[in-house]
Amino acid sequence: MINVIKRVAIGIAVLVGVCAFYTGYRELFLATGWTWPFEVDDITLPSLPSIVGALFDPVQEDGELLISLLFKAALFTAKEAFVGFVIGTIVGFTLGAVIARFQMLQRGLMPYVVGSQTIPILAIAPIVVVGLGSLTIAGWTPSDWLRVSVISAYLTFFPVTVNTVRGLESADPRAIELMRSYASGEWAIFLKLRLPSSLPYLFGAFRIAATACVIGAIIGELPSSIQGGLGGAIINFNQYYVLNPQNLWATNLMAAALGISFFLVIVIAEKLLVHRPPETLT
Amino acid sequence: MSTLAVAESGGGVGRASGFARTWLPAALVFGIGLLCWQWIFPDVLGVKPFLLPRLSDVLSALWENRDALKTAAWITFKEAFGGLILGSGIAILAALVLARWRPLGNALIPYLIAANAIPVIAFAPITNAWFGTLSPWSKIVIAAALCFFPVLVNTLRGLTSVHPSSIELMHAYACPQRTIFWKLRIPAAMPYLFTALKIAAVLAMIGAVVGDYFGGSTESLGVQIQSAVALSRYELGWAAIVVASVIGSVLYGAVALAERFVIRWHPSVRAVD
Amino acid sequence: MSAQESVVSISGLGKVFPKGGVTALENIDLGVQPGEFISLIGPSGCGKSTLLRIIGDLTQPTSGEVLVNGKPAPQARLDRDYGIVFQAAVLFDWRTVAKNIALPLELLKWDRAKRDARVSEMLDLVELNDFGSHYPWQLSGGMQQRVSIARALSFSPALLLMDEPFGALDEMTRERLNLELLSIWAETKSTVIFVTHSISEAVFLSTRVVVMSPRPGRIAGVVEIALAQPRGVRTREEPRFFELVTEVREMLHAVETEAELPE
Ligand SMILES: Nc1ncnc2c1ncn2[C@@H]1O[C@H](COP(=O)(O)OP(=O)(O)OP(=O)(O)O)[C@@H](O)[C@H]1O
Ligand SMILES: [Mg+2]
Repeated sequence: MINVIKRVAIGIAVLVGVCAFYTGYRELFLATGWTWPFEVDDITLPSLPSIVGALFDPVQEDGELLISLLFKAALFTAKEAFVGFVIGTIVGFTLGAVIARFQMLQRGLMPYVVGSQTIPILAIAPIVVVGLGSLTIAGWTPSDWLRVSVISAYLTFFPVTVNTVRGLESADPRAIELMRSYASGEWAIFLKLRLPSSLPYLFGAFRIAATACVIGAIIGELPSSIQGGLGGAIINFNQYYVLNPQNLWATNLMAAALGISFFLVIVIAEKLLVHRPPETLT
Repeated sequence: MSTLAVAESGGGVGRASGFARTWLPAALVFGIGLLCWQWIFPDVLGVKPFLLPRLSDVLSALWENRDALKTAAWITFKEAFGGLILGSGIAILAALVLARWRPLGNALIPYLIAANAIPVIAFAPITNAWFGTLSPWSKIVIAAALCFFPVLVNTLRGLTSVHPSSIELMHAYACPQRTIFWKLRIPAAMPYLFTALKIAAVLAMIGAVVGDYFGGSTESLGVQIQSAVALSRYELGWAAIVVASVIGSVLYGAVALAERFVIRWHPSVRAVD
Repeated sequence: MSAQESVVSISGLGKVFPKGGVTALENIDLGVQPGEFISLIGPSGCGKSTLLRIIGDLTQPTSGEVLVNGKPAPQARLDRDYGIVFQAAVLFDWRTVAKNIALPLELLKWDRAKRDARVSEMLDLVELNDFGSHYPWQLSGGMQQRVSIARALSFSPALLLMDEPFGALDEMTRERLNLELLSIWAETKSTVIFVTHSISEAVFLSTRVVVMSPRPGRIAGVVEIALAQPRGVRTREEPRFFELVTEVREMLHAVETEAELPE
């Protein structure tokens, strides 16, 4: 309990510190007129109160408040990211398990699984999202948001695959011998030993993937003229940035909040599911 | 004596076949991949050119536009490299400071890890507003921002990962803090640092390319990709992506090479040998 | 000794590790009768663990034969004749103590009620009744080792293989666990093959002590330990105990000096 209070207190202190740094930097540069590395004014760094104020201003003709619009956008992006996360996890885990099982595949595929990450994946986003739009499989065309999920899934699959392989191979060799001495087959060793040993690694991957799938969803929205999500909002507000810089800042803060929420969900799930000696938890 | 010779020649054969065994599957997969790209996807599976044009078409687009792509590659490489250096440099300094003042570092690390979950790339339009859309600095800064958190968190973790008994040993030798840093913490942090730098190399490339999607010099790689897609010139788009991947791999490979050089003692490197 | 009535019968056993061509074992012959407690002792690297692992079908011999209950070792493993205890407890971190003990029972597809009953019986046996729902890392090293013994015994294997199970423990805990192991052995009437570095432990526990010599690993001699059963704290004070300890020690010294001589 004390720990929780301490955590929250430090959290608030950090938040206040960041706000104070932002405001201090802004005021200092405004007062001195310094222009390096960039010129500070109400457009490049809008004041914090103006950003918060903008949240409660109507943005559209129908008088919808920015905060409500952003909230809906965040939910929309969250849906894309979540679906992508699930697909990426299923594909990544299956691939990882197969790779871990067969040495040959490991030699053949692992370099490319790693190599696939040196491709700036997000660079493909426009092509995949636009390209998949003209794809029909047996009369079914993936909807706009589902195409964005593909990007999230792609970003999720990599860490999940790599850590699944690592995790499944992390099982204590003596424990494997123990299982062998019980004459248990590969499947029993997988279920009772390899899978549980891999959980901490899997969650390590999930933490990375939780962040990546949100990024994938936001970037995936950019070229697809999808308006409903945060990526669409960023494009939108970016066009009117000079008039209303606060709107873009507010959108980005919402995106930050979404990314952190995804991350925290994974951290909490890990706390609940993984029983580990405390010192090995990081 | 003779047994020794036999053992040695046996080792030689083992190494050669080991080499084949290590690389043959990878080479095979590479070949199959190219085969799929050139024939199986377009001809057998009917993958349309707008999704993935035929390999030969992409290569000819690459050749036809080699001058424009070369310029774009150079611009984007400079942005990515600058961002990698800037972001990692600041992050390493910050990690050293936080590792020196442990209570501060310990208190902040959960928040730094959480901050790592912020989709930093979404801030690219703002750096565009800071430095101007056409300035390379807008891309360098966003690339640097992308690199910052992973490098900071990993380096800090590495610096603080030293086994307590090793520190006690150094204390027993009456080493000052500075020596402990140089002899113990920094070497211990190296594997962590390089892991982070490899991630950062890829992220820097993503920052430089994706930053362009929010506006950038028409000569840069990201804008080339975007306009190629907008004009339905998919071969050109993929050619640009191939170029971006090559740059990404080069950056990644450079870091990996430096890693093998710097931390030769580490089991993860020794295991590869 | 006919192979039929032996729990373990080893004949002409040899093991050469392909890597570097190390001859770990050569010409091992050994028969173990039901209910025996055999200790393997010898200098480090003489192949004790290797021998134990070959008996348990965790490593394949390069020559010779191992029969367990008259069957080849692989068949014995499939019939689940082995309980194994390593030097480290090798417990599964994500399972509670009770579930760790239940692991082999789950693999044998015992039903829940039977499993639970046996687990509590086992917890009783190793005196860990209050710790069934703890996780392994919440236990001391000695307690963890007792859990792994309970796990090895839970399905009443015909043969208990123990590789320096108490090697990492302090002297006091070790002596207490020795006593516990003996009472469990008496109670379950199992056959034990036990690897140790401690001469007094070997003499105290065993019915026979097998002394091994290194490079290549061979059986240098066998010492019958004709001390009265059941053994207790008193046993260690008997003059006969000291004589036997001395006998084993001298055999070991002979083995070591022989190993140091140039070939
Ligand atoms: N997997 C292996 N590969 C190659 N050589 C091995 C392997 N395992 C053991 N050896 C060799 O076999 C010999 C016997 O090893 P073993 O582990 O059986 O010794 P030990 O008597 O149990 O020693 P200790 O008392 O130190 O545990 C040693 O010389 C060792 O180097
Ligand atoms: Mg041993």
